[in-house]
Amino acid sequence: MSSVQDVNPMVRGIRAPTSLQNLAARIAKEIRQGAKKPFKKVIDISAGDPHSAGMAPISFVRQVLAVCLYPELLKKQSLPSDVRRRAQKLLGVCGGGSLGSYSTTSCGIPRVQQSVAEFIMRRDGGVTSQPENISISSGCQKTLSLVLHLMASGEGETQTGVLTPMPCPHTLPMLLDTCRVTLVPYQLMEDRGWALDLDELRRALETAKGRCKPRAIYISNPGNPTGHVQDKKTIEEVIRFAATEGLVLLAEEVYQDSVYGQDKEFISYKKVLFEMEKKYSETVELISFNSISSACMGECGLRGAYMEVINLDPAVHKYLRNMQATSSPPVLPQLCLEIMVNPPSPGDPSYETHTEEIHHIQTTLAKNAQRACEFLNDLPGMSCPPTMAGVFLYARLHLPPQMIEEAKRLLEEEGLFLGAGCENGQEDQNYHIRMCVLAPPATLDEVLARLRSFHLRLLNRFP
Amino acid sequence: MSVLQEISSNMKNVKHPSAVLARQASRINKELREGARKPYQEVIDVSLGDPHRAGVKPLSYVRQVLAACIYPQLLDSTGLPVDVRQRARKLLGDCAGGSVGSYTETAGIAQVIRRISEFIMRRDGGVPSYPENIYISPGSRWSVMNTFNMMVNNKGPLRTGVLTPVPCQSCTIMSITMLGAAVVPYYLNEEQGWELQVEELHRALESSKGMCNTVALYVNNPGNPSGHVQSRKSMQQVVRFVSENRLFLLADEVYQDCVYGEKSEFLSYKSVLSEMGPPFSDTVELASFHSVAQGFMGECGLRSGYVELVNLDPTVMKHVYTQFSKDSCSPVLGQLALDLMLHPPQPGDPSYPLYKEEIQNIRSTLVRNVKRVAEVVNSLPGFCCQPVEGGAFVFPRLYLPPKAIQKAEEVGMQPDTFYCARLLEEAGVFISPGCEDGQKEGTHHIRFSIMTAEKTMEELLSRLTCFHTQFMKDFS
Repeated sequence: MSSVQDVNPMVRGIRAPTSLQNLAARIAKEIRQGAKKPFKKVIDISAGDPHSAGMAPISFVRQVLAVCLYPELLKKQSLPSDVRRRAQKLLGVCGGGSLGSYSTTSCGIPRVQQSVAEFIMRRDGGVTSQPENISISSGCQKTLSLVLHLMASGEGETQTGVLTPMPCPHTLPMLLDTCRVTLVPYQLMEDRGWALDLDELRRALETAKGRCKPRAIYISNPGNPTGHVQDKKTIEEVIRFAATEGLVLLAEEVYQDSVYGQDKEFISYKKVLFEMEKKYSETVELISFNSISSACMGECGLRGAYMEVINLDPAVHKYLRNMQATSSPPVLPQLCLEIMVNPPSPGDPSYETHTEEIHHIQTTLAKNAQRACEFLNDLPGMSCPPTMAGVFLYARLHLPPQMIEEAKRLLEEEGLFLGAGCENGQEDQNYHIRMCVLAPPATLDEVLARLRSFHLRLLNRFP
Repeated sequence: MSVLQEISSNMKNVKHPSAVLARQASRINKELREGARKPYQEVIDVSLGDPHRAGVKPLSYVRQVLAACIYPQLLDSTGLPVDVRQRARKLLGDCAGGSVGSYTETAGIAQVIRRISEFIMRRDGGVPSYPENIYISPGSRWSVMNTFNMMVNNKGPLRTGVLTPVPCQSCTIMSITMLGAAVVPYYLNEEQGWELQVEELHRALESSKGMCNTVALYVNNPGNPSGHVQSRKSMQQVVRFVSENRLFLLADEVYQDCVYGEKSEFLSYKSVLSEMGPPFSDTVELASFHSVAQGFMGECGLRSGYVELVNLDPTVMKHVYTQFSKDSCSPVLGQLALDLMLHPPQPGDPSYPLYKEEIQNIRSTLVRNVKRVAEVVNSLPGFCCQPVEGGAFVFPRLYLPPKAIQKAEEVGMQPDTFYCARLLEEAGVFISPGCEDGQKEGTHHIRFSIMTAEKTMEELLSRLTCFHTQFMKDFS
C-alpha cells in the first residue's frame, strides 16, 4: 500500500470529512500551547453533544455506572439505595460480576435486550416487542452500517440505493459511501418546516431507477438536523409507499425524547405500522434505531445504541446477528442503555431528582431553541423556521457565495464551530448552518454573541 | 431485503464459529438455575480470553479512577486515594465539557494519544512515535478490520489476500472474509512450539500466486492461541520477507504484557524494524495493534485499543483518517482505561503498593496456571501440550481414538467439537475446539484460557482429568 493507487478504491471513494474538525483541533491545540487568540476557547456546537457544551449528565445514570465500575461503592451509604440496588442487579448480569467481561451474546446482554423491549412496549401502548429483535452496539452508526453492509451489493446501475432526506444527519453521507451504497436524495420541504412530501419521495425514487437499485428509505424522526416531527398521517403514507415499492424502512428515532413544540408528539414508526392493516403490519420491513446520544441522556462519548428489527425474514435476521459476532459491544454503554429505558419509578429514592433533571433539560432545550431562533431571524440574511424537537437549529443563509467562503472564518476569528449545511448532504446553493442549542443558557449567550459579532462584520465587509 | 439472494455475497461467505457449544452452555446454565442436578454446580467458562469472567479481579486503581470520571462527585469525598482523584481530574480535564459523555476527536483524545506515543517510545528504547500515526479504537478487532480495509481491492481481477497463521483466532479470519478478501494460510510449526518459520511463509505466498493478490502478512505475537513468543531472529526474518515481497505487516501485539516463559521476552515489531536500520526501517509498512482487553487489566468489556501506523505514505494517511472518521469516536471510558493501562501508578504514588501487589498476584497466578496446565495436560495420555510462553490460551493437541472420531462423524460434528460438547455436558467445562482457530488437516486440538483464578484452574484441571480418563476408556 505504498501509494494512493494501492488504497482500496472504495475507501478512496468516501467523501472526505470537511476540514472544519481538523481546524478546530488545531486551534484547540494552539490555545493549549499558549497561543493568544481573540477567544479563550473554541465553542463546538456542530454536533449534538450537550455535555461538551456544559450540560450536566443525569445523576442516577452516572451514580449507577460508577458503582458498576467500582463495586466497592456498594458499601457507600451516601449513595441512594435504589442506585445501589440497580448496580447490583446490573453487575449480576455481567460475566464474573464485572463489566470487564466480554458481552458474549454479540447482540447484547439479554437483560438489557429485555429492558429495551419492555420500554418499547410501554412507549407504544402495548404493541409487543421481542427481545430477540433487539440488537445492541456501540453507537447508531455502527448498527446502521451493519444493516447497510447486509443490503449493499452491486455496482453502478445495480448498486444498492438508499433514499435519504435532505438535509440528513451530518455523519450519514460518509457512512453510505463507506458501505458502498448510493445516496438517493429526497428534499424535505423547507417552507413547511422541513416536512416530508410524498410526491417528492416518488420523484426521487423515479429518478433513481436506472441509476441504482433503491432498497431502503432512511427517515430521521424527529428530524436531525431539522427538528421536524412527523405526524401520523405522514408516517402512514411513508409506510404505504415503502410497502408499494418494496423498500426497507430505516427509522432513526434518536431524538424521540426531545419534543417541545406545542401540540407536537412523537409517535414511533412501529406504533403506526402496527395500527395499520395486516397487509402492512405483517410485511413492511422496519428497522428502528435509538441511542444513548439522545437529548436527555447526551451520553455521546459512551457510545451505545440499539436497533429493533421488524418483519425481517428470519434467515436474513440470522445473518445480521452473525455479522455482529466479530465484535461484541462494550458493556458499560449497554448498562447505560438499560438505565435510559428503565429509569427510576415513582416512590424510588432517586425518582424526584431524576424527573427534575430530565425536566430541566427539556425546558432548557425549548427555551434555547426559541431564543436562538428569534435571534437568528433578527440577523439580516439569516432565516430559521421554528423548530419542534431535536437539539439542532438549522438556519438558512441568504448570502451571496463570496460571503459563504468568508463564513469559514467564523471558527478562526471567533472560535465558534458550527456545522456547515453541506455536511448534511445539501449540495445546492441554499447555504445552511447547523448548531446544537442544548447548552447551558450562558453558553448559548456566548455563542449567539460571537455569531452576531462575526455576522455583522461579514455584512460590513460586503456592503 | 426479504430475499436471501439480495444479501451481499461477502456476508454469505463468512464462516461462523460454531454456536453449538455456546447454545449448549446457555442451556446447561439455564437448567442449573432451574435446580437441575448435575455432577457440577456451575459451568467453568474458559472459552474466551476473558479473565474477569473466570474470576480474575479488575485492578482497583483502574476502576477507582474510572468510577470517579463517570461520577465526578466522588472527587469531593476522601474515600478515594489522592492520586486516584488527581488522575481522574486530569483525565476529565482532557474531556470536552469535563464529561466522559462528550464526543472526542475521531482518532481519540489528543492528550491520551500523545501519552500513547510516549509509552511506545519508552517501550521501544527511544524509537520515535508520532501522535498523528496513532488511532484509538473500540478494540483491536475494529482496528484490524479498518486498517486492512484500506488495502482490500474488490474491483481487481483477483481477490486481495492476507497471509494468516494457522492456528489464528477465528474473529480475525471472519473479519478478513467479511471484507471480501482471501485468507492465505501459513502453518505454524507445532513441534517447535508453534514457531513461525519463514520457509513456510515463502511456500504459502507461492501457493497463492494466480489465486489472489496477496498484499499483507498478519502476525500475532505473542501468539493467539499458540502462546508462542517470537525471537528477534524470527522477527528479522519476517521483516526481510515482507520487505522483499512488498507486503504490509499487520502485527497484532495485544498480549505484549503477558509473557511467562523464563527465556522469552516480548520485542515489538517496531523496535526490531528500527534496529534493522535502512532500507527496512523506513520502507516496511507496519501496523501494530494493542488493547486493554488482554493484559493484566483484562478489561475485555470496555473495548479499547489503539493502532500505530508506521511508514505509510502521507497521502494514504489522509484516506486512513477518512476511513476511521466514519465511526465517530471510540468510547471515551475505554480511551481513559487505555491511558491508565499505559501509565500506571509509579513508586511513591499512594496507590502504587496495592497496584503492584495486584499485578504481581495476577502475574504469579498466570505463571502458575501455565505450569499446572502443562503438568496436568501433558500427563494425560492422548494430549500433547506445547510450552505456553505468552498470551492467554493453551492449545494442546488431542489424539482422539478412532472410535471417537467415528462417533463424531455420526452426530455430524467435528471430532474436537464433539470432545468439547461432551466435556461441557458431563463436566461443566466450556472450552473451544481447535477447528475454530484452524489446524493441520487430520489433527485435533482444544483451546482454553489460562487467565483464571487459581482455584478455578485447579477445579478445571481436576474435572478435565476425570472426564478425559473416562472418555478415552469409553472410546478405546
